[in-house]
Amino acid sequence: MSNEGVDKGRRRLLIGATTAMGAVGAAYVAVPFIKSMSPSAKARAAGAPVEADISKLEPGQRITVEWRGQPIWLVSRTEQNLSDLETLRDTLADPDSEVPQQPDYCKNATRSIKPGVMVAIGICTHLGCSPTYRPDAGAEDLGGAEWKGGFFCPCHGSKFDLAGRVYKGVPAPTNLVIPPHKYLSDTVILVGEDGEAA
Amino acid sequence: MSSLMNWIDERFPLTKVWKEHLSEYYAPKNFNSWYFFGSLALLVLVLQIVTGIWLAMSYKPDAKLAFDSVEYIMRDVEWGWLIRYMHSTGASAFFLVVYLHMFRGLLYGSYRKPRELLWILGVVIYLAMMATAFFGYLLPWGQMSYWGAQVIVNLFAAVPYVGPDLAVWVRGDFVISDVTLNRFFAFHFLLPFILVALVFLHIVALHKVGSNNPDGVEIKKGPKGNRWSDTAPADGIPFHPYYTVKDIFGVGVFLILFAAVLFFAPEMGGLFLEHPNFTPADPLTTPEHIAPVWYFTPYYAMLRAVPPMFGSQFPGVVVMFAAIAVFFILPWLDRSPVKSIRYKGPLFKFWIALFAISFVVLAWLGMQPATDLLTNLARLFTVVYFLFFLLMPWYSKIDKTKPVPERVTD
Repeated sequence: MSNEGVDKGRRRLLIGATTAMGAVGAAYVAVPFIKSMSPSAKARAAGAPVEADISKLEPGQRITVEWRGQPIWLVSRTEQNLSDLETLRDTLADPDSEVPQQPDYCKNATRSIKPGVMVAIGICTHLGCSPTYRPDAGAEDLGGAEWKGGFFCPCHGSKFDLAGRVYKGVPAPTNLVIPPHKYLSDTVILVGEDGEAA
Repeated sequence: MSSLMNWIDERFPLTKVWKEHLSEYYAPKNFNSWYFFGSLALLVLVLQIVTGIWLAMSYKPDAKLAFDSVEYIMRDVEWGWLIRYMHSTGASAFFLVVYLHMFRGLLYGSYRKPRELLWILGVVIYLAMMATAFFGYLLPWGQMSYWGAQVIVNLFAAVPYVGPDLAVWVRGDFVISDVTLNRFFAFHFLLPFILVALVFLHIVALHKVGSNNPDGVEIKKGPKGNRWSDTAPADGIPFHPYYTVKDIFGVGVFLILFAAVLFFAPEMGGLFLEHPNFTPADPLTTPEHIAPVWYFTPYYAMLRAVPPMFGSQFPGVVVMFAAIAVFFILPWLDRSPVKSIRYKGPLFKFWIALFAISFVVLAWLGMQPATDLLTNLARLFTVVYFLFFLLMPWYSKIDKTKPVPERVTD
């Protein structure tokens, strides 16, 4: 085949245009493959809100319910716990919950709707382990007298107080997440929905 | 017979390939024991693929069935225990062999010009291996499988802005679930074949530039003419039969050691198969102490060593990946006039020793629970690890090297 009389500019334009169209087509075809890896309708439905009954929860106890496959902790705080929370300020990384790890209605001293009841996602904000409940104030392995009860992550040693606030100098960067929730009655909490616009 | 070969050769370059890559591929005659690990890595890759396919015949990638199907393989499937232990021991053996193979490259400067691409392809193989091992570790669906995957997938969540959405996309769910297990199985099945393709490219690149050797002397630049050919490098010997026989001997020694582990210590005291993984995955309870398998622990120690900055743990993730990415630029960090450690000076020997020590210590630290003392140690050795690379342009240049001989030594 001879190249004589070939309009090279025109040939380059045609090759360029064809390649660009092919690339656009390939990009469109990639969409279903990428989207296919997102949560399915079934997985999204499993993220529906759950009810938790706290009528049998004694002061100082914790129960765990499951929401979106995550452990949700409900802790009944004692009067002693609540007064201890105030004394911890200087040892915490974010005592006033400035980082939005909670709904606005929980951005208060106890990070809760009712001071006596803590609701939190039991997943460490470091790398997603589930911390252990350590209400035993004064535990030797957690700092002795300075330990007022809280949560200790066995994976990387992060510590949280009984409001889910993270201590300074541990791997976890932020406080525990408080999920959206609301009280259906005095003793029933709906986790995953708070009646506000999502 | 020869007419059959002629018939084939006219249609497929069989004789040509045989000669170019085996019987007339001239490799330096001074290879030592460090040169066993390349062929051993290939052997273990084949072993992993074969045992993996046989395991897939009985394994079920379903969150409800996976754990039990592994126990079914171990107890009820004929010889299932052997094939499963071959696969789990093979994973550790693969990393051990590849770490030694890489260290050989560091010792003899095998990453230096003209072997930069060969080295880079090797680092890509290493990354693909790590991805394969990570996907595979979720499959038994034990506690360590589950929580290990949870920790690693959450690394993606640390990426600024897109992180949380990215982690959900990788999992296909809001937590590690059946969906995640199913797709990890698909990836774990796919990646080994990509590994085979990468190994093919690695060997193509190797045969283009020729093997390095313990002296770091380029035999192609030396005198020509040996017993087999007038044009071949004088210091080269045909790969087949000389190195095929040598490598088969290496395979024999390796298989003895491999079988010893396989039959007498397949769990290696929790090092190859971790104890919590004999408990089925439980999304609501984290085991007391989480640690990855030994071959990931150096990087895991680095991840834990970096404190959060600006309310984010992303810097730790960056450091961990940088520890691997730095291998990509290694060919350009070494400014020494010589390749092999045999002719390098005391500064390089000092730093490579420190590097080897820091890698082993970090591996140990990554298995330990985090305490203040150990975290500070991990910080120290993470710095040493990086200094080996980052100071190399300086210390390799001013180091007092020895003269390199014209020919390879015996």
